[in-house]
Amino acid sequence: MCGIAGIIYADANGGREVGRDMTLMLQSMKHRGPDSTGYALFGPRSGSYVMRFTLADTNDPRDFEFADRIRRNRFLVEQRLRRFGAQIHEVEEETEYAYRVTFDYVGELKQLADLVEDVPGAEVLSLGHALEIIKDLGDAESVAMQYELDGFRGTHAIGHVRMATESDVDISGAHPYWAYPFNDVAVVHNGQLTNYFQWKRRLERSGHRFQSECDSEIIAVYLAEKMSEGASLEDAMRDSLHELDGVFTYMAVTEDALGVAKDEMAAKPLVLYEGDDMVALASEEIAIRAVLDREIDTYDPFEGEVMVWQR
Amino acid sequence: MAAVGEGRITYDARGLAEPQAEAPHVAEIDGDRATFDAQGLSTRLINLELRRLLYEEGVTDVTVQNPGAKHSLGVGILTRCRIAFEGSLGYFGCGLIDGPEIHITGRVGWSACENMMSGVVTVAGNAGSLTGAALRGGDLVLHGRVGARTGIDQKGGTIIVLGDAGMMTGFMMQRGRMILCGDVGHGLGDSMYDGTIYVAGKVASLGIDCVPGEWNDADSEFVERKFRIHALGSPPEFQKFVCGKKLYNYDNLEPSERKLVL
Repeated sequence: MCGIAGIIYADANGGREVGRDMTLMLQSMKHRGPDSTGYALFGPRSGSYVMRFTLADTNDPRDFEFADRIRRNRFLVEQRLRRFGAQIHEVEEETEYAYRVTFDYVGELKQLADLVEDVPGAEVLSLGHALEIIKDLGDAESVAMQYELDGFRGTHAIGHVRMATESDVDISGAHPYWAYPFNDVAVVHNGQLTNYFQWKRRLERSGHRFQSECDSEIIAVYLAEKMSEGASLEDAMRDSLHELDGVFTYMAVTEDALGVAKDEMAAKPLVLYEGDDMVALASEEIAIRAVLDREIDTYDPFEGEVMVWQR
Repeated sequence: MAAVGEGRITYDARGLAEPQAEAPHVAEIDGDRATFDAQGLSTRLINLELRRLLYEEGVTDVTVQNPGAKHSLGVGILTRCRIAFEGSLGYFGCGLIDGPEIHITGRVGWSACENMMSGVVTVAGNAGSLTGAALRGGDLVLHGRVGARTGIDQKGGTIIVLGDAGMMTGFMMQRGRMILCGDVGHGLGDSMYDGTIYVAGKVASLGIDCVPGEWNDADSEFVERKFRIHALGSPPEFQKFVCGKKLYNYDNLEPSERKLVL
């Protein structure tokens, strides 16, 4: 089933409690997906890069070597970043396997991300000037508590609660997906893509790589490729309605926009609230009401609609 | 000893089942009218309170404040009564009802009034997809717009939509009538078996075996009567759509009779 949610504030400037709001929205849809929960949060833009990465999965066995292996691999990641010219400001240990690193860097992002992911067990969850992807197993409250997201202030966000159907219950299979190697772009998806393997082969031939076996990751990389060719987010999303088969509703975020696309069969739900102060959208209205505790006017976008809101 | 099936839930993935729950007794009762605030109550507690008032306290007019778009509210009400929801309902609201008159001041989510047998439901706001699925009787009046597949598998009754409707409206409709005052998406009446669809706005495309029908006096009388009953003003001009009856085999024989004939 899965549930998706998005929120973008009109008076952004980095001052809204986007972490707390997204937790409220996702927790109210826990019944749509209790397996894992993920966030793509946009904080205030910084001149530095912020990268979220993991060095193991929650499910990985904690053998006697585990702590040493993590410590060793963390050292390797930092060493490679420095060797590639990054000036590291801070490395924060979010959990025993998840890290947040801020650094200054001028150069090719793809090469940098590839170099980090070449470290055994490493997976880059997000990389950009404002985007931070946090995902882990469990419901929104447990993930938010683990990563201290209630204090995260920002401008807009998307999130996902997952009921695993076609790939494993692990961090790689959890949404959102970063649109590797496009900085500050992420996607959450509810549905199934039926031409997944065609697109995966096509994109891999173009030099893209995938972190998971999840069909949803295709959308992120597909949008990234379109945008790297000069398409706007909205144009890329419109193209996807014709080129991606299946039933889907998905949301995509960039540094200054949030968009949603609904397939031409309208088989996956989406409820939308457009107010003066914010736009909030989710698989169920109950999620919107979790952050707007008053009577509001909402509606379901029709089939084949693409909508994008700019900050 | 517990009765068969009672308290036997052994797996509750969503953590929402409340097999031991009892009506919270929070309503203020005044004669045959009652009001209660649903804020902070779970779906099950709200429905238990509603049923207590209607079936045990003899109340015939209930107002539920702050339903908060919770799912599955007001389902399975099988008595003549009046219920007002001051706010919005989530998915599967007012399903499987037989007799009540229900007014919702907000919107409804997917699959509202599924399998409704009789009564009247009015929704002041918008509705999600699959509204009035398998509706068997009664009137469902939607003042806003509705999502896709409204009236899927409709078997009777009337669905009135004052706003626009999404794709595949009237999909596999079997009987009953739909009055659609706004524009309608692609595939109107796709694979319908029978029934009548009236549309005042633009139709993006007709579905398989849905064809324009010939308007007659009975159509005018029906539409005018429904507009009058629900105080909807003067009806606009409608087009009529029916089943072309080319897609399936149609006769009046039961399967057993068909065997004898053939």
